[in-house]
Amino acid sequence: MAIDVDDSNPVMTTTLDKLEEFITWGRKNAVWPMQFGLACCAIEMMGMAAARFDVSRFGAELLRASPRQSDLIIVSGRPCQKMAPVIRNLYDQMLEPKYSIAMGDCASCGGIFNNYAHLQGVDKIIPVDVYVPGCPPTPEALMQGIFMLQDKIGRERPLRETTHNPMEELERRLAELRAN
Amino acid sequence: MGEAPLWAWILITVVKSLVVAVALLTGFAYMTWLERRVLARLNARVGPNRVGPFGLLQPLADGIKLFFKEDFQPAGSESWLYLIAPGITMFAALVAFAVIPFGPPGAQLWGVPLFQIADPNAGILVLLAVTAVGVYGIILGGWASNNKYSLLGSLRSSAQLISYELTVGLALVGVILVSGTLQLTEIVAQQQGTWFGVLPKWNVFIQPLGFLLFLIGANAETNRAPFDLPEAEQELVAGYHTEYGGMKFAGFFVGEYINIIVASSVAVTLFLGGWGGPFVEQIPVLGVFWFILKIFAFAFLFIWLRASVPRIRYDQLMTIGWKVLLILALVNVYVTAMGVMAFGGGS
Repeated sequence: MAIDVDDSNPVMTTTLDKLEEFITWGRKNAVWPMQFGLACCAIEMMGMAAARFDVSRFGAELLRASPRQSDLIIVSGRPCQKMAPVIRNLYDQMLEPKYSIAMGDCASCGGIFNNYAHLQGVDKIIPVDVYVPGCPPTPEALMQGIFMLQDKIGRERPLRETTHNPMEELERRLAELRAN
Repeated sequence: MGEAPLWAWILITVVKSLVVAVALLTGFAYMTWLERRVLARLNARVGPNRVGPFGLLQPLADGIKLFFKEDFQPAGSESWLYLIAPGITMFAALVAFAVIPFGPPGAQLWGVPLFQIADPNAGILVLLAVTAVGVYGIILGGWASNNKYSLLGSLRSSAQLISYELTVGLALVGVILVSGTLQLTEIVAQQQGTWFGVLPKWNVFIQPLGFLLFLIGANAETNRAPFDLPEAEQELVAGYHTEYGGMKFAGFFVGEYINIIVASSVAVTLFLGGWGGPFVEQIPVLGVFWFILKIFAFAFLFIWLRASVPRIRYDQLMTIGWKVLLILALVNVYVTAMGVMAFGGGS
């Protein structure tokens, strides 16, 4: 869904900005992860949702069993070759907007499993929004990953044609400064 | 005063319905918040507290997110049924509230009672009929999704609802026998006042077994833990709403939580004296307050049960329903009938 915006009209752009802010506020404060654990990292994921760390404070504790109802897939463990099609299938079944976190070294880059049986990082099959390093990452680290994801969602421009690119904006500002 | 003209009657009814519908939907949103907070406290957690003060904006964030999710329909689904199934569930839950008296009937405008939308003389039957329609939403939703887990979940759910409907119906028969009427306003009116000056004349003290059976049955009918088998994650993914996402899923959710509110208000109306409470004669609006307070107590009980009791197995569910609760309900009806014969009903 994209709206053709006349950038020269300040009322239009401000309204749209506010509307986008409203939508992204809702999205980032209601990230429901999928109830999907692969390996040992899943234990830390459960720890994140349980009493000691309690991700529910940030509205992200509703681990939905169905991919249709979840917004976030946390790939928590080593994705082996046999599991890869399943992960891809689950990711495809999620409804837009969907996000993914590669939790731990194995999901990020293969980790210690540098062999024929495992994918060298889950980003070979699905796009990854946030990588959380560690073997396994602590629940705090995963929560930090979720915060980073929330920041990322907050920077989204869901109603615009192009995605917001901070680097592009930086370059544009630099060019302006140089011109002056 | 006197008899209201037709247009006034229609206007008042429409306004009442709108107010009740909005109140119920708001109640739904804050039921989810209450459930998450209370469940968290019972699990030694904190619960949503970052989004707004005390996390009070959490339901709003969830709503925005669900509203702006992708609109989706699975391949090979019965598109028409798939779309209306959550609507049926929601509709049945909302309509059931229409016959509940949530305030004293004395508060009237042009002779139209303000605190009840409709007062049919067979109120309990209307209630049972309308809540039974809600099963259609669940079974059609599961069938139309073209997914084996959805279908199994919906079959389970309908089997469970029909089994426990019997218990609930028989538990209500006890109340009907004692009060000698099917009209809800009349049943509530009979529960006003006190015995020996202290004990309120609530039906729960005459029908303790019936109340317990109704409580268990209502818990099972709202698909709540420990009877949330239709949504057992290990076996059926998410049950009948596996293929539903975004606002359509929210429809089922609304139905479920409003069903909790309706089940609580039925329990309050039939067993706990409805809107009755101190100082209602002087200030009729206080009746609504007492009613809501009692509903909250029940809603809390439902959440408490969810946090404390593990989910039971499916065969155990059927065994409890047919071999224990149904027998107890029949015994309750029999004993109540004998009591009414001996001491006279319509207290």
